[in-house]
Amino acid sequence: MFVLIVGCGRVGSAVAKAMLAQGHTVSVLDEDPEAIAQLNKGQAESWEDLGGQFTEGTALEIDALLQAGIERADAFVASTDGDNTNLVIAQIARRRFEVERVVVRVLDPARAKWYSDQGLQTVCPTQIAIELLEQAVSGQAPFEGVTG
Amino acid sequence: MYILIVGAGKVGWNLARELIDKGNEVTVVENSSRRYQVVEEELEHRIQSGDGSELWVLERAGIERADLVIAVTGDDEDNILISQVAKEKYGVERTVARCNNPRNLEHFELLGVKPAVSATDLILRLIEHEVPEYGLVHLLDLPTERLEIIELEVGTASPAVGKRVMDLGLPDGSLVISILRDGGGFVPAGDSVVEAGDEVLLVLDTGLEADVTGRFAPQTEAA
Repeated sequence: MFVLIVGCGRVGSAVAKAMLAQGHTVSVLDEDPEAIAQLNKGQAESWEDLGGQFTEGTALEIDALLQAGIERADAFVASTDGDNTNLVIAQIARRRFEVERVVVRVLDPARAKWYSDQGLQTVCPTQIAIELLEQAVSGQAPFEGVTG
Repeated sequence: MYILIVGAGKVGWNLARELIDKGNEVTVVENSSRRYQVVEEELEHRIQSGDGSELWVLERAGIERADLVIAVTGDDEDNILISQVAKEKYGVERTVARCNNPRNLEHFELLGVKPAVSATDLILRLIEHEVPEYGLVHLLDLPTERLEIIELEVGTASPAVGKRVMDLGLPDGSLVISILRDGGGFVPAGDSVVEAGDEVLLVLDTGLEADVTGRFAPQTEAA
């Protein structure tokens, strides 16, 4: 599977590494050329030596998306630090490039909910934190030491 | 009419003034608290502070009863999403969005956000009107109908001079609808002859402009 990940922060880079380790073809797009450092961190070889692709460019620029290989993408992850950017590029990936699986990170639970009702697969870290905290506070999630 | 404006920059603030003067009920939403304080001195209760792409902020500003939502922040993504949510979630009848970077216009269209207003584009249009290349002026664009009406000046060196309209070799999907000459105008027949100094009005399918212009532009000698 060809996976295109836009936004190479903590989340995007971790997902990219995991997908590459699983044997997928992975391409990452970020506007910051230094972001590739996140992909090299903690790896025995550099991201590109491991077979990963990295493109510097702005998510809304069609040329950058094309260069990063969106036309070949089977899966698309929008994980920049902007909810609105993520929601716009995810819709571009789906409607214009007809990428089969599109996943969007949205921090705002209200927008995540509404867009998921519209058929966009959203992942809302805030909502997940709320649920985990709720469980922990009410004693449903026993503390088993620090993980991760 | 109840109008919600998101973004209190120069555009949003001035729009608010004009629309209030015309007797509309207006609420402006501004994200930057500094900007909010400046504009609040004039608009008072008609401006609210908050991120206009958050649903609760829009709801607090009364988006559900808005007749018109105008998204004029400096961020194209925000303007797209605000308009999309206004229309699709809250059923707002009319939206107008500002497109800051004309390269993003295609995204606005793709996501059904229209009309999108691009200042750069408008200025380019004006320049085109004032300094026409080959004397070409866009009189009317009908993007939905995929038609446009243009006006071309026929220079003395134009290959069209002395030709009958039927012999111009215009592509299918284009039609000369009138010729303006010596302060008057007429609807030409196929055998009307084009003269230097004429202004020719044509209606054409979108995309034929270059082809049509080529029939009137002087050929470059270099070839």
